[in-house]
Amino acid sequence: MTLALALGSVLAVLAVVFVARPFLREPTPASDRLDEQGAVERLRLELLEERDRALAALKELEFDHRTGKVTDDDYREQVGPLRRRAAETLRALEPPAGGARPEQVGSGR
Amino acid sequence: MAALGRVALLLSFVLVTYALAAGSFAAYTRRRRLALSAQNALLAAFGTTLVAAAVLLAALARRDFSFVYVASHTSRSLPLGYTLSAFWGGQEGSLLLWLLILSGYSALAVWLNRRSRELIAWVVPVLGGVAAFFAFMLCFVSSPFDKAVAPADGAGMVASLQNPYMLAHPPMLYLGYVGLTIPFAFAMGALLSERTDERWIVATRRWTLAAWTFLGVGQLLGAHWAYVEIGWGGYYAWDPVENAALMPWLAATAFLHSVMIQEKRGMLKVWNMVLVALAFNLSIFGTFLTRSGVVNSIHSFSQSPLGGWFLGFIAVCVVFSVGLIYRRLPLLRARTKLESLVSREATFLYNNLLLVALALTILWGVMYPLLTQAVNGETRSVSKPYYNFFLHSFGLPLLLLMGIGPLVAWRRASLHALGKTFVIPAVAALVTGAALIGVGLGGSTPGLLAYTFSVFVLASIVLEFARGTRATGSLRRLVARNRRRYGGYVVHASVLLLAIGIAGSSAYQTIRERGLKPGQSMEVAGYTLTYRSLQNAQHSNSQSTSATVDVYRGGSHVSTLHPGKSFYPVEQDFGNDVSIYHDPHNLGDVFTIADQFDKNGTLFLKVLVKPLVNLVWAAGFVFVLGSLVALWPDAVEQRRLAARYEPDAVAART
Repeated sequence: MTLALALGSVLAVLAVVFVARPFLREPTPASDRLDEQGAVERLRLELLEERDRALAALKELEFDHRTGKVTDDDYREQVGPLRRRAAETLRALEPPAGGARPEQVGSGR
Repeated sequence: MAALGRVALLLSFVLVTYALAAGSFAAYTRRRRLALSAQNALLAAFGTTLVAAAVLLAALARRDFSFVYVASHTSRSLPLGYTLSAFWGGQEGSLLLWLLILSGYSALAVWLNRRSRELIAWVVPVLGGVAAFFAFMLCFVSSPFDKAVAPADGAGMVASLQNPYMLAHPPMLYLGYVGLTIPFAFAMGALLSERTDERWIVATRRWTLAAWTFLGVGQLLGAHWAYVEIGWGGYYAWDPVENAALMPWLAATAFLHSVMIQEKRGMLKVWNMVLVALAFNLSIFGTFLTRSGVVNSIHSFSQSPLGGWFLGFIAVCVVFSVGLIYRRLPLLRARTKLESLVSREATFLYNNLLLVALALTILWGVMYPLLTQAVNGETRSVSKPYYNFFLHSFGLPLLLLMGIGPLVAWRRASLHALGKTFVIPAVAALVTGAALIGVGLGGSTPGLLAYTFSVFVLASIVLEFARGTRATGSLRRLVARNRRRYGGYVVHASVLLLAIGIAGSSAYQTIRERGLKPGQSMEVAGYTLTYRSLQNAQHSNSQSTSATVDVYRGGSHVSTLHPGKSFYPVEQDFGNDVSIYHDPHNLGDVFTIADQFDKNGTLFLKVLVKPLVNLVWAAGFVFVLGSLVALWPDAVEQRRLAARYEPDAVAART
């Protein structure tokens, strides 16, 4: 019983030290603020997801065409709008000339 | 050492409650160090729960009957393997297993996603909240560390649990049930942090797939346990506890399909949240059904006071998740729409509706006796025909959709393209259907449809691999190009095997029963079974009586079976020892049950011939193979996602 309680106490002390570790390691941090997603970062992420979706859709269309699930006519009809969408998102992600990348502006970091 | 177990559990409770309270406060007030501290509390809770689990395991191994739990579920004569499996054989131990797996999963998920601080800050309190409920139950309602004066021997283990499958089936199911907490916590964390991009999906994709795989394998192991142990010749009886595992699996299956539409098209964001919440709540409901003893089931090994607590927790989870999804609806609106009702995404949607409809009809069947008991005071239950009706109504179209989906292009498909891709599978299916009718196997409409649709699905999968391999140049390159898709097709093939096995072994099975004196024979579906003799044997934990029965096919001796019964003196319980001949020619079984032995030596033998039943078990291996292919990490995709979500970390590495 005594041994069990002693082991329990050691366990409790270890747990408390581990939980308090962030405060013990940084008693007076320069900033205690949790990262926050800014509007520009949010937009950047949205555009990246949209870009990946558009590129993946193009890849799928290409593959479906090669495997016979999409006919030549359907392929020609669909590929144009998909390419345009991909190009638009890629353009939107490009930094303006001489400007910073979206995530470097007001990202809250 | 029970005191150490109690202290460790109490520490777990304090730690996870801290993770819930401090984590919520930190995420709300944006305090970084406090959020990290809450994360550490969750990691530490795994350590303390591990200590508690080690204490219980040590008590079981030492057969320390001063632990009430050990005395109630084991005995001196119980073999060590089963003694250790008593960890999850009783209510308190299985709750501890829940908490152990949950705290382990939570620690791993938090550590793997530690860089996504904004999201993880809200995930931690959700995980802490779920863990706090289980830790509370273990500390204050149902403790595995209660002590009493040790009896000379324990009460033993229920006879049907003394089976090797019990070493793996419950842990597998729990790994699945508990695993569904991780996608739920990330989904709720995304809503709470208002980060409704795809980060939470990327973080939980493999968790969902792994939990779903464990749940699937756990159910198949459970089905095989029922087949070889319960002694009625079946493997699934729509028992409430069996249904309890099937419902979250169906909801998770729907989610695994619909989440692909969100990833590819940015649609179904609300629906995916609903499915994740549904799968999680059904997993808690499943645990409630298993552990509360509220329903009559062959799996309910205890009546307990847990019911009210679980119902309260389920109510909190449902209100929390539904309320949160409702509040965040404006953030979940999709910008794109379904372009055509004939497209890959549309077939996924139909598949989702059928899967959810099937899960909900099963839920209604499970809840009906509880509701009638609550409202009228009398228990009315739904029976097998209810479930079979809905299985045929929703399951057969689902089977067909598994074949249609791969043949249809994303976005939209023209009739001309469909005509080209459908012709081979459709012809193969029609020829098979006609051939089955021709050889006289058209008597069972569901069986006929299941086989016809299965051939359609099989042809579509083979075509998909063949065309894809031709397009990419090699099978390896094809699979590496999209592991989830081609792993998914292998899983579809396993469902196919399952459907063929179930249809064959249920629609076309033969059952005969008769009394035999030594030397007498009986004929069943082309087999001759001759009863030879009876033997008694003494084992460490049981006494058995078994018959020797020779099996002949076409005049040739193919096997000798030993069906019998065992008596477990400590438990004062009987068990059926079925004996099975696996016929490699028709992939079926000759399943024998010794129903009764007469004093004059007459054996009342029940024989079931179940064609193709071994495909049900083979499906399990194919299922695991497909899941592994889908789970296998894709380095290229991981780099792309890292660049998307952690650009700073990637930049620092390069």
